[in-house]
Amino acid sequence: MTPFAAIGDPSAIAIFFFCLFILVALVISYWAARRTKTTEQFYAAGHQISGFQNGMALAGDYMSAASFLGIAGLVALYGFDGLIYSIGFLVGWPIVLFLIAEPLRNLGKYTFADVVAYRLKQTPVRMAAAVGTLSVVIFYLIAQMVGAGVLITLMFDIDYALAVAIVGTVMLVLILFGGMIATTWVQIVKATLLLGGALALALWVLSYFSWNPLELFDSAAADNGEAVLAPGDQVVTGSWDAVSLGLALMFGTAGLPHILMRFYTVPDAKAARSSVNWATFFIGGFYLLTFVLGFGAMALVGQGTITGIDEGGNMAAPLLAQEVGGEPFLGFIAAVAFATILAVVAGLALSGAAALSHDLWVNVVRHGDAPEREQLRVAKIATVIMGATAIVLGIALEGQNVAYMVGLAFAIAASANVPSLLMAIFWRRFTTWGAVASILVGAVSALVLIYLSPTIQEDVLGNDSSFFPLKNPALISMPLAFVTGIVVSLLTRDAAAEEKFYEAERRIVIGAPPQAVPAEAAVAHRRPTG
Amino acid sequence: MTTYESATGRRPEEPDRHAEDEREALDRLSARRLRVALVLTMAMLVVYFTFILLIAFDKSLLGEMITDGLSLGILLGVIVVLATWVLTWIYVAWANRRYEPAARELRERAR
Repeated sequence: MTPFAAIGDPSAIAIFFFCLFILVALVISYWAARRTKTTEQFYAAGHQISGFQNGMALAGDYMSAASFLGIAGLVALYGFDGLIYSIGFLVGWPIVLFLIAEPLRNLGKYTFADVVAYRLKQTPVRMAAAVGTLSVVIFYLIAQMVGAGVLITLMFDIDYALAVAIVGTVMLVLILFGGMIATTWVQIVKATLLLGGALALALWVLSYFSWNPLELFDSAAADNGEAVLAPGDQVVTGSWDAVSLGLALMFGTAGLPHILMRFYTVPDAKAARSSVNWATFFIGGFYLLTFVLGFGAMALVGQGTITGIDEGGNMAAPLLAQEVGGEPFLGFIAAVAFATILAVVAGLALSGAAALSHDLWVNVVRHGDAPEREQLRVAKIATVIMGATAIVLGIALEGQNVAYMVGLAFAIAASANVPSLLMAIFWRRFTTWGAVASILVGAVSALVLIYLSPTIQEDVLGNDSSFFPLKNPALISMPLAFVTGIVVSLLTRDAAAEEKFYEAERRIVIGAPPQAVPAEAAVAHRRPTG
Repeated sequence: MTTYESATGRRPEEPDRHAEDEREALDRLSARRLRVALVLTMAMLVVYFTFILLIAFDKSLLGEMITDGLSLGILLGVIVVLATWVLTWIYVAWANRRYEPAARELRERAR
């Protein structure tokens, strides 16, 4: 048997599934376009998404190709060490639920900056928050786009630049016409496909091991040594590296703009709560499946074959699909991987566009007073800017090592976004300048420390040593952002913010006051004056 | 609002007392939610960082085999996943059963 000839030599089935998913995405955006007339519908799906649906969409927004292909590959090559990511990517969700979801839903409108700026001076806080949002979104987006290019090139044997352009264009069409409604439904379809595909693959693997995962782990350990079931030094080299990575993964989730934005799509705090409950259930289940997929690929495909196709191990899950289910199943899993990337980049680009248009244009340039029509137009222009940026950077960085950018995005999210968000919600004495300083110090220190770290100095630039010992900066940059926010707040005074604390607290419990004028009426009302 | 204003003519202290009552109840409810949230957050941090600190500082312990194919590390990994489920479930159950009715009452009183 000549194994795995099908990778890079796409079967008709793979191309069929691939085209089918693009078609489904386009149909969804056509359907959603008629329901996307206001900014509220464009950014927040008109608050009409149910808790269960949003839980699925959150899972679809969060489980990136890095989780599906990357973690399965890491586990296949390094065993237990890959599971550190599986678990780290999950444990942030309870934190989101306990501390952030409900206040966010009731205080904000479209972006997490709405919440940070709620009691504070709009202009400086929004500008700083946009820095935090856009740096997270752009690094995450680059990692996804480059990953998409490589993946599609490997699986469908088409040109890298063309692959990036296809992903970027489908994403743009999806958001421009269908906004958050289309994005949500693509994420729901993707989550269903990904969970279903991973479950089918895992069950298929387990059928080889008399349905007993322990027998699978044992078989993997028999071929590759018992060390694969224990922590090694492949993913985290030093002790403090593990702690720093753990911190970034846990708190990074709570600061990802595209995840936070999803909480505005549900009608109230109760639905926000239930959506995290569902998301945690689906994501946890998925990461449990990665245990089986990773060790399954190790035992059934073999490490040599996996690294032979792609050194990073990214093809472990598709190879496993081919091993157990042959070409049709490979074709299905390849299309699922594509769907995975599309749903994540759509969520990312939409949250980046919201930062540009809602935070910077509407609230900084226009001081919060822009007619509805203009808001929607600017939102769409910002979407085109985000989409074009994603395509251009994706193509420009072909062949670059961008794997660290996901870690960097999580570190910036944990350092720039989370401390300011938590202090804005829970600390009466938090001030405008405390927020600005916390966000900027968090973002800049994460960026500088990662530049000085072994990740960039040794792995990317090829130097012999680095200035900063940790691969992930969160252990330093996140506490630094907290301390900066506290010290600057204590040194400054923001009487208006303190006065507004009760109002914010009341709104978190009771909810936003019902809107006096419906959106359409507001447009009609404004038109004669404007 | 209009009812408070019309009431001010006869009993000036009444509206303030009403607002103060609401404020007190709301502060109490917020504090209660924060307490529950913080306890559960601490529980999550303890579970997860026990796991991470063992990875960081006692790799050989996690390599102990409990039975064929199952190391302590993998078992703890599964336990962390189950703990996230249990803790989120506890919070949602508490919030829906205790917090939500109290919040609804405040919401209705505010109208």
